[in-house]
Amino acid sequence: MKATTMNSRRNFLKISALTGGGLLLGFKWAEASTTADTAATAAGLDIAATAEFNSYLSIAPDGIITILSPNPELGQNIMTSFPMIVAEELDADWSKVKVQQAPLDTKKFERQLTGGSGAIPHSWKRLRTAGATARYLLIAAAAKRWNVAESECTAENSFVIHPASGKKLSYGELATEAAGIAAPTSVTFKDRKNFKLIGTPVRNVSNRSIIRGEGVFGLDFYREGMVYAMIQRPPAFGSKIKAADITAAKSMPGIIDVVTFKNNVAVIGKSTWEVMKARKALKVEYEKDGNLESTTDHKELFTQLLNSEKATVRRKDGDVDAAFKRASKVITSEFECPFIPHNPMEPMNFFADVREDGVELVGPTQTPGAARTNTAKLLGIPEDKVTVNITRLGGGFGRRLKFDYVLEAAELSSIIKKPVKLIWSREDDMTGGSYRPAVRYKFQAALDEAGQLIGYKLRGVGINAGNCTREDNFPSAAVDNLLIDTVEHVSPITTGPWRAPITNFLAFAEQSFIDEVAHAAGKDPVQFRLDLLQKAKTNPVGAVKYDIDRMQSVIRLAAEKSGWGKKKTVSQGFSVYFSHASYVAQVCEVIMTSGKPVVKKVYAACDCGEVVNKTGALQQVMGGIVDGYGHAMFGKLTFKEGMPEQNNFNTYRLIRIKEIPEVEVYFVENGIDPTGLGEPALPPTGGAVANAIFKATGMRLRNQPFLDELKNQPAKTGSSKMKNIAS
Amino acid sequence: MAEFSLHINGKQYNADVAGDTPLLWVLRDHLGLVGTKYGCGIAQCGACTVHLNGSPVRACVLPVSAVKDSMVTTIEGLSENGDHPIQVAWDETDVAQCGYCQAGQMMTAAALLKRNPKPSLQQIDDAMQGNICRCGSYHRIRQAIKSASEKM
Repeated sequence: MKATTMNSRRNFLKISALTGGGLLLGFKWAEASTTADTAATAAGLDIAATAEFNSYLSIAPDGIITILSPNPELGQNIMTSFPMIVAEELDADWSKVKVQQAPLDTKKFERQLTGGSGAIPHSWKRLRTAGATARYLLIAAAAKRWNVAESECTAENSFVIHPASGKKLSYGELATEAAGIAAPTSVTFKDRKNFKLIGTPVRNVSNRSIIRGEGVFGLDFYREGMVYAMIQRPPAFGSKIKAADITAAKSMPGIIDVVTFKNNVAVIGKSTWEVMKARKALKVEYEKDGNLESTTDHKELFTQLLNSEKATVRRKDGDVDAAFKRASKVITSEFECPFIPHNPMEPMNFFADVREDGVELVGPTQTPGAARTNTAKLLGIPEDKVTVNITRLGGGFGRRLKFDYVLEAAELSSIIKKPVKLIWSREDDMTGGSYRPAVRYKFQAALDEAGQLIGYKLRGVGINAGNCTREDNFPSAAVDNLLIDTVEHVSPITTGPWRAPITNFLAFAEQSFIDEVAHAAGKDPVQFRLDLLQKAKTNPVGAVKYDIDRMQSVIRLAAEKSGWGKKKTVSQGFSVYFSHASYVAQVCEVIMTSGKPVVKKVYAACDCGEVVNKTGALQQVMGGIVDGYGHAMFGKLTFKEGMPEQNNFNTYRLIRIKEIPEVEVYFVENGIDPTGLGEPALPPTGGAVANAIFKATGMRLRNQPFLDELKNQPAKTGSSKMKNIAS
Repeated sequence: MAEFSLHINGKQYNADVAGDTPLLWVLRDHLGLVGTKYGCGIAQCGACTVHLNGSPVRACVLPVSAVKDSMVTTIEGLSENGDHPIQVAWDETDVAQCGYCQAGQMMTAAALLKRNPKPSLQQIDDAMQGNICRCGSYHRIRQAIKSASEKM
């Protein structure tokens, strides 16, 4: 792969000498944004509006290369992989690279957010151009000093080399001179076969601060003179404050003030514990302000919505009614998932200091730009009066795409006129809204006498779910007669994008159903999918919006590596899914132990294009599978009259170390530019697990969490409980 | 409020706080030792794990008044230069993703290796079951403990 990037007039380059010598390279391109921003779009964020990208790469005379990392780091390892791409094209000595988190700066950076598995796809060429441009300038500086042609020089490991004479100069020595060289109009990227860093395992650049317990997270931020605050919010969705008695809380030790704004009662004090204690002394009465919905209401509602005449059609190919009329076999299945909270390990928090001269915001956010825009709007001040510093995020999973807690901190600081650190407790976090929406799907398939899939219907009904289908995903384009529609119920229970929004459950439902249809057609589930894809390739129906070759190749790779269909001692389940521009196929293996199904292993075959950091990529896939499996197995948040019934880890179960399956990961090497990996490994897991459990027990899991199903319905063979998870 | 004298990481600290204040918040808010994390506040996730006389405890539910003369070790004091075998193994294995839970994971792991330098996989899992990692770094946690144990 060889690419050349032209710097057009709009794409200009600024070079200036650093104070004290050195090269400071600012680069700015206005290029179209990629489209892998599903999570951000789902959150209602306008990221396309900030169309400029700019980053800073500096080289000091001592050879230290500082690369700013603009995007929020929440464990997707962007602080390592972004600089790796720059360093690769720069031919930098990685041991001399220092990485710093950049603050929010929409003039310098573009798409400064974490969501949609989109950072690497978006920035891939920009970062390569950054590195290649600096490399060019350093070579030009050396060539000038040696009075030789630039083409006679090369660069390696932070040195420019003139092979003919054996001369060599370090980047540090050349940095100041390089700053005086005219910017190139084009740069040439490396051929991928010459990559030295990209595709190798590179350790997280933040390891040292993490293993030493340095205060890098938002909750660790401290500013002299700041106060601590917690907020009591309405306990039920659909309720509001009727009356608040704050007297007792206000007189407690360490309490500075108690204030009420909107539906919040905020307790402000000198320390977290004093605030926590005082908050318990609040006496707040609430009254109904909307529907107080219960999980049992939702079950009835889903049944109604599945029969609603008012569905929004998402995709329609052929004549579905006719196909079902002439079908020799019709398969119908329903799948349902509950609400789940994100539960990043670091609860929501933010520091805000609202002063006359401006506003300072510091903390963990996936969307610093939207946080600033909305803070400015809330306070009625110009945006340039607000600064946002991004700390490391103790997880996000989509929760921190919402900036509600940032606005709370800012509003509170403006009321009390003090710098404040707002802290949510775990209970606040789990009961505070912004959940993965609860959804039910009804799938119907029509098979002809030969077992061909001639008709396919999917209705998705969801609570604050928007479009809860992905209508152009497989098997769309492979079925002649297809109808996909949705119905949404608007509820006071607030939802938001949860890692791999919608597909985190839809993929399970769809891939379980495909498995069921394959069995009904008397076909091998892997071959059934491959046959459908072949049809989509040779005789597509309507638009094809996924890459058939890439999907086929991960299917084949997963089947090959797992020994699909060849193992006698394990039951295998298959699943494949396309999301966020990448393709992942998984095979789950279940064994029966004392009559109980035990999930032993998951194989994953991934096509995310070029793998940037082997370690980071493995983390995303293994972690995604653990996340997908854990939530499919255990995750549920139920409601009674608007109130969540689980509020901490004693009642809400997250997967722990004993429950993880073995995971074996393979990547397709195809030289395609990176297509994202923060989310795509999660969606296929539930389906692979459920299909393997079906193979082992004859029982179809249709609802999450699986654990409830396994407890409630005895399997046809074996026992009703899973040995390694029932406790 | 009362004055508590605490032995933490080989140093003496004084904190003027209410006796029911959990050690977690004394460390974080009053002594500036923020490596110990708040995750759940009810001893369910292990993010706040510290050592009390070498044994792992959950600092979020341990009132400061109960600490008395015990020797407290936090992640900041696990080693002087971040070179405890567990810390080295965590770095070499690249365990952390977001990293938030890892101080608690490392403290639990270090306590395990102290009482059982050669744990089996089952013993590792038994010891680590109380620590949640939301990123799902469990495979590497196992691997890092194994690797540290082999080098100790």
